Amino acid sequence: MQGNRVIGEAAIRAGCRFYAGYPITPQNELTEYMAEHMRKVKGGVFIQAESELAAINMVLGASAAGARAMTSSSSPGISLKQEGISSLAADELPAVIVNIMRGGPGLGNILPSQGDYFQATRGGGHGDYRTIVLAPASVQELADLTMDAFDLADRYRNPVLLLADGMMGQMMEPVEFRAPSPRQYREEYILRGKGTGKSRFIRALILDAIRMEEHNWKLYRKYQVIAEEEVRFETFWTDDAEILIVAYGTAARIAKGAIKRSREMGIAVGLIRPITLWPFPGEVIRRFAEEVGSFLVFEMNTGQMLEDVKLALEGRARVDFYGRPGGVIPTPAELAKVIAYQVKR
Amino acid sequence: MKKVFSRPRTLKDVPFHYCSGCGHSITHRLIAEVIDELGIADRTIGIPPAGCAVIAYNYFDIDMLEAPHGRGCAVATGMKRVLPDRIIFSYQGDGDLAAIGTAETFHAANRGENITVLFINNAVYGMTGGQMAPTTLLGQTSTTTPPGRTAVLDGHPVHFSEVLATLAGAVYVERCAVNSPANIARAKRAIRKAFQYQMQDRGFSLVEILSQCPTNWKMRPTDACRWVDEVMTKEFPLGVIKDLQAKG
Repeated sequence: MQGNRVIGEAAIRAGCRFYAGYPITPQNELTEYMAEHMRKVKGGVFIQAESELAAINMVLGASAAGARAMTSSSSPGISLKQEGISSLAADELPAVIVNIMRGGPGLGNILPSQGDYFQATRGGGHGDYRTIVLAPASVQELADLTMDAFDLADRYRNPVLLLADGMMGQMMEPVEFRAPSPRQYREEYILRGKGTGKSRFIRALILDAIRMEEHNWKLYRKYQVIAEEEVRFETFWTDDAEILIVAYGTAARIAKGAIKRSREMGIAVGLIRPITLWPFPGEVIRRFAEEVGSFLVFEMNTGQMLEDVKLALEGRARVDFYGRPGGVIPTPAELAKVIAYQVKR
Repeated sequence: MKKVFSRPRTLKDVPFHYCSGCGHSITHRLIAEVIDELGIADRTIGIPPAGCAVIAYNYFDIDMLEAPHGRGCAVATGMKRVLPDRIIFSYQGDGDLAAIGTAETFHAANRGENITVLFINNAVYGMTGGQMAPTTLLGQTSTTTPPGRTAVLDGHPVHFSEVLATLAGAVYVERCAVNSPANIARAKRAIRKAFQYQMQDRGFSLVEILSQCPTNWKMRPTDACRWVDEVMTKEFPLGVIKDLQAKG
């Protein structure tokens, strides 16, 4: 099944009942899947919005009304959604936002890229906030992490980004959908009309500086809990490694191919694959630096996660970088050459 | 003694922060009266905008969800589609609705979203200190049109209610004012009709309110009320712009 469609199916199985989106390549199959299948489920709403701005703000309204809500786009469209993502974070509303990244900046192209790492992991919009960022590296993981994204969004009442690229969205692999876990959330934030109770409101505007500061610290404390509880990563062939690659998503798949080739040539190389890009598995990388003196960060950009790896290592080990931005998909053979060169140095 | 006048139950016992002579407080009261009279306070959700009315949730005793600037109709769309049996209204100023929120408003109307919009037209950006709005009149001075708005440099006043009325999804569009007892009574009837249409699942309804802003117009409140009649209604005539009731 194709990656984009898998995200749609996983979302519906996870109980997503509101989707608003706007056409943009390379994620259109997801919007189209939702258009076809959301109508078939009870209470399911699909809206083709007039813009990315409208789509994310529809999601805001649907989320406040209690629905599991999602929108999706690709890089330029995600830039437009940042207003709403910032508002969702401020309002502490759950939502899932899918970014099937393409080459940038600007309109760029429609080829796979990882150029939006900074935007995704640093909040993305204005203000002092974070979003949980999940980076799948297989179609199976697209299914699993889409379901997890809804659970995490509910658990922390925070927007969650599924950050993949055009390669992940377009590729076809076998997939098994697991049974979704029952939705767990506290009813109290949802607005359904006051009924017989007291009226409530959700707002992001807090004019008083001290109260705004309190809200910022409250969000900060939540992010601290997320950072402690939700870090995810995979290690691959790390046991005897003398050099470790750090890569995520499509780049991590390429890295695995390169590692197999390098191992055949007798090079002891392994992989750390962050699955959550925020919170970032910096502690894990730092621990590896006790055994390994050389790290190679590999991204489909000019070096963004590189900064997080350097921050994690704080000079404890050598860090090199290899990247191909702009929609170029490097081959495992190409990366294996880079690894071999790295070892000789 | 018989009580003949009191605060609507849907208005909290909180003094308005609005300036003397401002049309917002009158309009808030009309909405609250209509919600009380229709008996829908328990199932109505309001969407306040960015602008002077941003803290409307301090005044209305109903659930409210603040929208980012201009996005009221998109937020209302999301809510209404999830909660089709609730009454959802968006309250927006001229800049919010007819400048930054043009697309969201236009397309919500075109989809015939079953929501109600209160469109406060005071021909100026009030909250930010009196800049030119899309509805600022030609010749009208503002902090960003110091010599007065000119068509050549600044464009013409936008008649957005008339634009929305061309869309098939919009079932009811009326322009009112709150500058005199007679106009206030008419405005209340329009607001009630707009909410009733939503309760009858008819589609998109909008009431534009010409609203005096004495502070930014730099007028006394009485002069501002007169200016609505003598100047503003010449550009923005009062009355029903569209009403599909006859077609049922």
